[in-house]
Amino acid sequence: METSDALVLMVEDEPQMRRFLHATLTSHGYRAVEAATGEAAIVQATQCNPDLVLLDLGLPDMDGLEVTRRLREWSAVPILVISARGQEGDKIAALDGGADDYLTKPFGAGELLARIRVALRHAQRGPDAVSVSHFGDIVVDFGKRLVLRAGQPVHLTPLEYKLLIVLLKNAGKVLTHRQLLREVWGPHAASQTHYLRVYMAQLRLKLEAEAARPRWLTTEPGVGYRLRLPEP
Amino acid sequence: MPEHRSNPDELLRRIQVQAVMAGRARFKIFFGASPGVGKTYAMLEAAQRARSEGHDVVVGLAETHGRIETMALLQGLEVLPRRTVLHRGRSLAEFDLDAALRRKPALLLVDELAHTNAPGSRHPKRWQDVSELLQAGIDVWSTLNVQHLESLNDVVAQISGVRVRETLPDSMLERADEVELVDLPPDALLERLREGRVYAPDQASRAEGGFFKRGNLLALRELALRRTAERVETDVLAHRRDQGIDATWPVAEHIVVCAGPTASSADLIRAAKRMAAGLRARWTAVSVELPHVALSAAGQQRLRDNLRLAEQLGAQVAVLSGTRVSDALLSWARTNNVTRIILGKPTHPRWRDILYGSVLDEVVRGSGDIDVHAISPETNTKPGGAAAERQIQPATRWRDYGFAIAVMVLTTGLDALLHGLLETSELVMVYLLGVVLVSTRVGRGPSLLAAALAVLGYDFFFVPPRFTFAVSDTRYFLTFAVLFVVGVVISGLTARVRGQATHARAREQRTAALYALSRELASARELGEVIASARSHVGGLFDVGLALLPAVADRQLAELPVHTDFAFDERDRSVAVWVFEHDRAAGLSTDTLPSARCLFLPLSSAGHQLGVLGILPGDPSRLLDTAQRQLLDTFVNQIALAMERIALEAQAQAARRHAERQELRNTLLSSVSHDLRTPLAAITGSATTMLGDAALTPAVRKELLETVREEAERLNRLVGNLLDMTRLESGGLLPKKDWIPLEEVVGSALDRAGHTLHGHEVQVRLAPDLPLLELDGVLIEQVLLNLLDNAVKYTTPETAIEISAHVQSDHVVVEVADRGPGLPEGTQSRIFDKFFRAPSGTGARGTGLGLAIVHGIVTAHGGTVSASNRSGGGAVFRFTLPTEASPPAMPQED
Repeated sequence: METSDALVLMVEDEPQMRRFLHATLTSHGYRAVEAATGEAAIVQATQCNPDLVLLDLGLPDMDGLEVTRRLREWSAVPILVISARGQEGDKIAALDGGADDYLTKPFGAGELLARIRVALRHAQRGPDAVSVSHFGDIVVDFGKRLVLRAGQPVHLTPLEYKLLIVLLKNAGKVLTHRQLLREVWGPHAASQTHYLRVYMAQLRLKLEAEAARPRWLTTEPGVGYRLRLPEP
Repeated sequence: MPEHRSNPDELLRRIQVQAVMAGRARFKIFFGASPGVGKTYAMLEAAQRARSEGHDVVVGLAETHGRIETMALLQGLEVLPRRTVLHRGRSLAEFDLDAALRRKPALLLVDELAHTNAPGSRHPKRWQDVSELLQAGIDVWSTLNVQHLESLNDVVAQISGVRVRETLPDSMLERADEVELVDLPPDALLERLREGRVYAPDQASRAEGGFFKRGNLLALRELALRRTAERVETDVLAHRRDQGIDATWPVAEHIVVCAGPTASSADLIRAAKRMAAGLRARWTAVSVELPHVALSAAGQQRLRDNLRLAEQLGAQVAVLSGTRVSDALLSWARTNNVTRIILGKPTHPRWRDILYGSVLDEVVRGSGDIDVHAISPETNTKPGGAAAERQIQPATRWRDYGFAIAVMVLTTGLDALLHGLLETSELVMVYLLGVVLVSTRVGRGPSLLAAALAVLGYDFFFVPPRFTFAVSDTRYFLTFAVLFVVGVVISGLTARVRGQATHARAREQRTAALYALSRELASARELGEVIASARSHVGGLFDVGLALLPAVADRQLAELPVHTDFAFDERDRSVAVWVFEHDRAAGLSTDTLPSARCLFLPLSSAGHQLGVLGILPGDPSRLLDTAQRQLLDTFVNQIALAMERIALEAQAQAARRHAERQELRNTLLSSVSHDLRTPLAAITGSATTMLGDAALTPAVRKELLETVREEAERLNRLVGNLLDMTRLESGGLLPKKDWIPLEEVVGSALDRAGHTLHGHEVQVRLAPDLPLLELDGVLIEQVLLNLLDNAVKYTTPETAIEISAHVQSDHVVVEVADRGPGLPEGTQSRIFDKFFRAPSGTGARGTGLGLAIVHGIVTAHGGTVSASNRSGGGAVFRFTLPTEASPPAMPQED
């Protein structure tokens, strides 16, 4: 399921990081173009029309958020932001501002490639397509609105079901609290994060083997949640 | 005599004086016997000479009185514009002190040193302006007539019949480095007066009839010449001293003058000043407070005036207290090496001395080798003693008179009953008893009444012939006299004892207040407490409002008071600034800016200026009372000491903190350099091995790469810890709290811990009834991670780690327990300290930051941390999170 020769624009000011990214990407069949500044990134994006943008939030000339915003003005290209731990606020802002996912430095090559794959796949299928219908021993039958765990039906409340569907649609991708709340509860509830946390806890109780050690419905601390995809 | 040679102390003092003299501004006085002798002219002439020699000469003020020759001399000299002051509708042109200070010439001319400034000026007198100029380092020339000298004030009044109001303390003349006598024989002066060269012609004739009488002028001239001669003699002596010529070095004299609440005391003080000046002695004015004598308001005022006069004339002032004037005076005189005592000649009738004893007589008898001078007052004032003082008496109430009458009626009744049983002469004993009873209980008036009634009653009812006032036997007159005298004496004694008690109470009160203040100040740890103490004690004793302005860095006074009881305005502030800059009291009741509504006192200790204390009195006259002022000064000193102590403590604490920080930094540096280098060494080693040697087996390559990854992760954790610690230390780590199930935080922590758990089994046991907790998920996850990390570090991989949580009253307890070696004895309390590493058998090493971060984060959440050993081996780390607030409501579904 490798999407070969997709073009990745790396926006990163550190040469060492660029070297690492370049080596990793090209050795896995991607083509790579580089930009060291925000301005250069926007020029490159208009010129070579990349399939994905890897964007470091700490650029010397421009705020990573600003780059995201300006790209989003005319492009739907998936954007993966790279940031350090402790910058949760920036991550959330970037994700709510249109970025698709994020990576926290330091990260391994496997994590990077997995994120790229998820992002490219979502871009191909369009925003509303459901990407998966099963994970672990859970199978979801969308037609019948039925959730089966190890073959047995599991009763979910309408909101729990709605939450699960949103997660399934974005499988493998991070969803911020705000995005989930808006999708499931509506725009007025965007700040009621405790709704979300309680429902996530209920979902885990019903779908996970051990609620305190979730395998699939994982937490992105301070940012949101992610439905983890099975390892390829 | 040993006093005849310069002793080392004296030499040292002279050296110090010379050192001061060398740097200080020079002051010259053009001294004359009367107006019109040409002082201003002489001064301006000298100024012209100085200017032509290239000196920076400025005329601050010159009164030319329209004299043409004098005005001509102003030609070419820089003259400062005068300051216009409006006073009662008249505009007065005054000397502008601030302009002079700003201009700061090398030499400034200020005419008429004795001038009184317009009300509202900074100083009431011009000589005070001049003092400030001299202090500011500006050389000053001024003019002065002899009649303005304070110590000669009474002499001049005697000669001329005119009391000169504008006086200045003799110390100004003594302060002068140079005195130039401007002399004109009286006849020549009168000639000039007639020619209209002194005053306008019509004024001149009036002047000639009054002050400018030939006799007056002669006497004044003599005074001026004599004063100048004294001055010259002093200079000669000083010169001799400097040259070591000590043949006629006088004994170090110390003169004491006894000042009282009478107008004649002022003359006594002036006489003492003259004697002191003649002997070049130091002198002190002493007043004795007697416990049984209370001064009337007018008497107090006069006493204060007298003591202030003495101060102005250069005396030191001491207020003594004792039961007898002579004892208090003599004992003070002995301890202070007094050589002469000056007392007033008694002016009261002789019988008073016989009855009450004579102070002069007692002093003379007890004086030993101290000379006693009895001086007659020069002014013809009534001895104010009787008017000024009165015996302290308890307020006599009508009830007391009633009591006296009742006792006497009862006594008479008792005598009537006893009449048949006792002799007539024995009946008087009962009356005597009654009189004694009355006089010990009530004041003098009722006692006298009782004595009189006793005499009358006894005479009327019992002394034959009975029921008449006639007395057949003359012996009874003696009985009457005894009755009466006993009444008077006992009531007098009682009153005295009561007075002493009152006085002792007042003293006691002051001492107690001072003691209480010092004790409170001694325990004060911050400025606020000092202010509170000062407020309650000074305020309570003097009925005042306080304002305290502390000094801030760089010898600057704070803009606003840290404490104030009244609306502190710009005027108050300007006075406070002056006080701070000059380190001298100013404002109400002082010589500087006396029109201010507050008194400002400098708070300084050992040369450090700590601030200014403003005092707004409820009753301004109390500030003038010497005893009260002394007490106030003591208070202020105590406050200053306390402030200095607090400042020093703060400095010491800052130094201690600095040292601690330094130590912490050193520990951090050594820790960081070690902990950063170890993983870096491993990474570098692995990478170079792989780069350099192609013959590595795939297994070895993988192992090396694992090392690189693990060490990089370790570095990452270390950097994370350092960042967290820095944020905690700088106070920048504020929890972003949210309502979160603990389960979620534990889950994400375990997820992130991942393979760093090195195969440890982690058992999670969370109580099912855990509520939503208000916490920062990211930070609490870090807490759990650090605790897990710690457990992994100190245990072997096959042992299990348990995470559990349960509700306990108003908090949730979270525990991370292991089955490792446990905590070494005595480390439980220190384990959460920064850079503390428990000694460990496994050789595990941390940065000593992980648990400190746990402590910091949990504390920021309002929780607590602890650690202990488990039964069955291993350690348990425990932290709590409060559940006081209840979680927000959830909408119901289904």
